[in-house]
Amino acid sequence: MTENPQNVHPLEDLVRMDRIPHIWCPGCGTGSVFASCLTAMKQTGIPYNQFAMVSGIGCSGRGAGYINIDSFHTTHGRAIPFATGIKMASPDLNVIVFSGDGDLFAIGGNHFIHAARRNMDITVICVNNLTYGMTGGQVAATTPHLAKSSTTTVGNPETPFSLPFLAYASGATYIARWTMLHARDLADSIEEALVHKGFSFIEVLSPCPVNFGRRNKEKPLDTLKKYYENTIVRNGANPAELDIDYKKGVILGKFADIDKPTHDEKYKKMYWPDEK
Amino acid sequence: MKPAVLTGEHFINGDVACAEGAIAAGCRFFGGYPITPATEVAEHISERLPDVGGTFIQMEDEIAAMTSILGAAWTGIKTMTATSGPGFSLMMETVGLAVVTETPCVVVNVQRAGPSTGLPTQGAQADMMQVRWGSHGDYEIIAIAPSSPQEMFDLTIIAFNLSEKYRTPVFIMSDEIVGHMSEKVVIPDARKIKTVSRPKPTGRKDKFRLYKPGPDGVAPMPSIGEGYNVHVTGLTHDEKGYPVMSVDTQKEMIARLLGKIRNNLDDIIMTQEYMLEDADIVIVSYGVSARTAYTAVEEARNMGIKAGLLRLITVWPFPEQKIRELAKRVKGFVTVEINMGQICREVQRCAGIPTYLAGHAGGAIIPPDDVLNILKERF
Repeated sequence: MTENPQNVHPLEDLVRMDRIPHIWCPGCGTGSVFASCLTAMKQTGIPYNQFAMVSGIGCSGRGAGYINIDSFHTTHGRAIPFATGIKMASPDLNVIVFSGDGDLFAIGGNHFIHAARRNMDITVICVNNLTYGMTGGQVAATTPHLAKSSTTTVGNPETPFSLPFLAYASGATYIARWTMLHARDLADSIEEALVHKGFSFIEVLSPCPVNFGRRNKEKPLDTLKKYYENTIVRNGANPAELDIDYKKGVILGKFADIDKPTHDEKYKKMYWPDEK
Repeated sequence: MKPAVLTGEHFINGDVACAEGAIAAGCRFFGGYPITPATEVAEHISERLPDVGGTFIQMEDEIAAMTSILGAAWTGIKTMTATSGPGFSLMMETVGLAVVTETPCVVVNVQRAGPSTGLPTQGAQADMMQVRWGSHGDYEIIAIAPSSPQEMFDLTIIAFNLSEKYRTPVFIMSDEIVGHMSEKVVIPDARKIKTVSRPKPTGRKDKFRLYKPGPDGVAPMPSIGEGYNVHVTGLTHDEKGYPVMSVDTQKEMIARLLGKIRNNLDDIIMTQEYMLEDADIVIVSYGVSARTAYTAVEEARNMGIKAGLLRLITVWPFPEQKIRELAKRVKGFVTVEINMGQICREVQRCAGIPTYLAGHAGGAIIPPDDVLNILKERF
C-alpha cells in the first residue's frame, strides 16, 4: 500500500504503530494526554533522540510503551528515581516522566517530593483519574472524600492530596494543571515545562468512566462537561486554593514558573568549579 | 583531582577499597543511601566520583538508590550502589527489574546480623539466600564474596566486568568485618587492570532487536540517545523488548535469562583450594569466614586430621559440580559461615554425604575452634 501523506497521523512518527491498538478503555482520557505530550515534544523542535520517557505502573504507565523514543516502563512508583539516574548520568537529555496519580503520589510519593526538592531537571506529567484504574478502581490518594471505589464501597473516608499544592510545597519550579479536554492549553503547557530548566509538574485531570465514573454515577460525557463548565483558568492562583471541588469550580492554569538553578547545574558548579 | 586508579600501597578498610575498585573498574555513577556498615562506600565514592567525571547522589531511600543506578546504566555508563540488610530488602523488587531488563549494575551488601534492624554494627553472612532468591520469580544472579580489603578492591572490578559481560546485576556479598577491617591494599598500575564493557549493537538501527542474543546468549546493549528507540519494560517481553502476555514468551524469556548464566558457569565461577588434594574432609567457606576456615585447616593438619579448604569466591551461581566431584572421594563437608546454615544446606543438597555447619546467628566471626570441634566430634 502506498502511503497518502494526508492519511498519516501527524504524531505517527512518535508512536510505535506496531503496538497499536493500545490498552486504554473507551472513554479513558490517557490517550488525549499522551497526544498532547507528543504534540508538545514536536513543538519544542528538540530532536527526538534527545528525549527519554519513563513510566511507572498503571494505565498511564503504559505511555512509555507506545512512544517511539527511548522509553522505560519501570516498577510501580519508581519512574522518578529511574529518571533521576538518567538525568544525573546524562544531564543533556530531556527526561519525561509520564505516569498516573496512584503511581506518582501513593507508592511513589516520597520520590516525587524529593525530586521536586532537588529541582531535578525533569518533567513529570501526572494523568490524574482519581483512582487505580488498572487494578479495577480502588481508592487512591487523589480520590475525593466520600467518593465510592471498590475498596471504599460506602465512600472514601479520607482527604485527597492537592497535587499542585504538594508540588509547590516540595519545591517544584514549574507547576500547572489542565484537564485532558484542554488539549491545546495542555500541549502548550507541556512544551513550556519541557523547555523549563528545573523540576516541572503538570497535573492533568482525566476521566476513568469504567472504574471511577461507573461507581460514582458519572457518565463519560458528564465528566467532560464538568471539565468544560466547572473549571476556571487562573494563572498564578494561590497554590493553597487548588483543591478539586467542582461546586466551587476547579482552578486550572500555570501556578509556578520559577527560575532557580537545577540540581545538575549546582552539582557541576560545586564539584567541577573549573569547568565551563 | 586524583586519577581513576590510585596505583600504590594503601592502608584502607574494605568499604573504601570497594569504592576504589569501582572507580578503577570504570564506575561513573553511584546512587546511595546511608546505612551501617556500608556507609563508608558511599562516603568515599561521593568524594571520588567527581575526580573522574562521575556523579553521586544520595537518594531518599534504598528503593530509589537501586532504581537510580538502573536509569543511569541505560545512558551507557557503569553504576553501583551499596547497602546492608534492611536496605537490601528494600532493593529486592528493583533487583528483579535489573534482571529482566538485563541492566548491568553492581550492588554491594556489607552484611550485618538480621532479621530487621538486628545488629547494625556487627557482621553476619545471613543474606546469602536473599541475594539468590529475594526478588520474586525465577532468575539467576552472580554473587561474589570478598575475604579481605584487597579483595574488596580486586573483586569489585571483576563484579563490574561480569555485570557488563552478562548484562546482569552482580552482587558483592561482603560483611561488616571485611568492610570495616583495615589492611594493606595494593592497587596495581592502571594498565594492569582489565576492564570489560557491555557488548554494543552494530548494524541497521531499524532492524535492531533489543534482546536478540549474541553467541554467548547476551544481547548487545544500546544507550539512550543513540537512536535505537528502545523500549525497556519489566513486563514479560519478546526479543524486540515489547510486552507479550503469553506462556510461550514467558518461557523463552526466562530460559534465556537463566541460560546466559547457567551456560557460562566455567567463566563465572571462581573458587580457591587449599590442601584439598589429599583431604578427606572438605571445609567450604566464603567471605570473612574463609579466614577462619583457613586457620582451622592448618590446625587440623597439625592434629593429623586431613582437612582441606574449598573457598567460594563466587557463591552464586553455586559451584555444584565441584561439590559433587569432591563428594565422591571425601568423608564429609563442614561449612563455615556466619548464619544458621544457608550455604550448608546448598552443600548438603549437592553432596549427599554428611555435611555440618560451623556457624552462629551473627555478630562476630566464627572461632576456628568451632570448626575443629566439629572435625573432632563428627569424623
